[in-house]
Amino acid sequence: MDLADQIAQYMVSGLSTGAIYALIGIGFAIIYNSTEIINFAQGELVMLGGMFTLFFLETMKLPLPLSILLAVLATIASGVLFERLTIRPLKAPTPLSLIIITIGGSILIRGIAMLVWGKDTHALPAFSGSEPIAVGSATILPQHLWIFALTGIAIVSNKLFFQYTITGKAMRACAVNRRAAGLVGIDVRRMVLFSFAISGGLGSLAGIIVAPLTMTSYDVGIMLGLKGFCAAIIGGLSGGIGTVLGGLLLGTLESLGAGLISSGYKDAIAFVILLLILFIRPQGLFGRAQTERV
Amino acid sequence: MLKVKNINTYYGKVHALKNVTIHLAQGEIVALIGANGAGKTTILNTLSGVIPARTGSIQFLGEPVETLPPDRIVKIGISQVPEGRQVFKGMTVADNLELGAYLRFRSREPREQIRQDMRHMYELFPRLEERKKQMAGTLSGGEQQMLAIGRALMARPRLLLLDEPSMGLAPLVVQEIFGVIERLRRDEGTTILLVEQNARAALKMADRGYVLETGKVILEGAAAELLENPEVQRAYLGKEKKEIWER
Ligand SMILES: Nc1ncnc2c1ncn2[C@@H]1O[C@H](COP(=O)(O)OP(=O)(O)O)[C@@H](O)[C@H]1O
Ligand SMILES: [Mg+2]
Repeated sequence: MDLADQIAQYMVSGLSTGAIYALIGIGFAIIYNSTEIINFAQGELVMLGGMFTLFFLETMKLPLPLSILLAVLATIASGVLFERLTIRPLKAPTPLSLIIITIGGSILIRGIAMLVWGKDTHALPAFSGSEPIAVGSATILPQHLWIFALTGIAIVSNKLFFQYTITGKAMRACAVNRRAAGLVGIDVRRMVLFSFAISGGLGSLAGIIVAPLTMTSYDVGIMLGLKGFCAAIIGGLSGGIGTVLGGLLLGTLESLGAGLISSGYKDAIAFVILLLILFIRPQGLFGRAQTERV
Repeated sequence: MLKVKNINTYYGKVHALKNVTIHLAQGEIVALIGANGAGKTTILNTLSGVIPARTGSIQFLGEPVETLPPDRIVKIGISQVPEGRQVFKGMTVADNLELGAYLRFRSREPREQIRQDMRHMYELFPRLEERKKQMAGTLSGGEQQMLAIGRALMARPRLLLLDEPSMGLAPLVVQEIFGVIERLRRDEGTTILLVEQNARAALKMADRGYVLETGKVILEGAAAELLENPEVQRAYLGKEKKEIWER
């Protein structure tokens, strides 16, 4: 395989991991835009997606599509519950207390997952076989196609929701001007709850579609969460195209870096990018952060 | 229509409203005037449920409403146009107006009625129609004020609370906006509580007025009488010095 072929191959896997990061990153952005907090438990929702699927599939012996659907719903419920138990009861929330709470929450969720499912890594079956498909000189797994397709659908529906439905618009209004949103009759706390539900849904989807490729365990949320956070930061915490591009960029750079330089650098790349962005362009690479955040 | 009795509102330890008692009858325009920091905005926010009163009662259409949260207040027919417009800057003019009808969407009112009201807003404020696809943040101050009023009207309020609609606007624009306020009362019978530092313009349009000073109502009466009141003239109308555009 010559260099061009190798690069093509790295691009394919990089873009598919990037799509995953994008989904997780959008979850960060949606919660950030409605609450101004970074939900550090986002990665745990991703982990729960994979683990719940495994539970429904192997413990409950349900078919895969149904297991996936139930896992997404269960994770959405977990996100909602998380908001209800941690964010909502606060009388006078400050950004710092909220952040500490989400970190505490993430540790708690991870701990519970470890008690319930143990420390082993688990594999989900690929959605439709694992026979590689040749695309030009590169090969692509059916699971990659699933990742591209489902991520695409999720991102487009998310965009349509925020752009065209009254609830989506109300959530954006809360992000733009919370006070004024209350004055037109929007129940801001309900919108915060919705944002946790949507992030839970997107996060769990990410965790589920990636699990057949990378395995899953109680602690996959740490790394995936940080990568998703990084994608969101590259995208200026926009819930839209910025974060999608951020995720894809991060995924490809990681994959190229790991393939062409050394796989030891894979995770370091994300953090170097994260720091560079925060120092040099905190509004994100594609930043129109002030006017259009969702 | 609205009866506010002895309300006391606090910001932490700051006692911002002291035994404020006001009332509005159906179809009235009532002006609330007072210097900066007198507590005008606080009254509106207490009415809107944003900063609930610690003691006192508020009755709207015979029902006690002092404990309702902001969204319920809008639901029962009280809408506020906040100080400094507070439009949703990163969203389009049309989206801003639509969000004004948020609760009507939620209560599954037929879309056609809401669309009809949108057209009505564009008729009241033709400049908003020209700019309906533009981001609200790109509008001029006067246009943002029109949008803020239009957004509040989209909820079909029975009582409209206006917080300093003339603030920072050129005299001609102020005239235009006050014209719309009068038209609302005349054509639609909307009851209006108008907070203004521009006391002369407000009292000229209003039926009655209240004068607020450091959280207390110190004067009340017919607008025409307040305009003639020497104390009001001295403190709020600047009788000696004329407004810039009147020279
Ligand atoms: N968020 C706040 N926290 C503390 N004090 C406030 C706050 N908002 C207003 N105040 C105080 O309450 C008083 C009334 O303010 P306000 O209602 O805004 O007056 P006005 O609208 O008449 O200019 C002022 O003394 C002001 O300093
Ligand atoms: Mg004020």
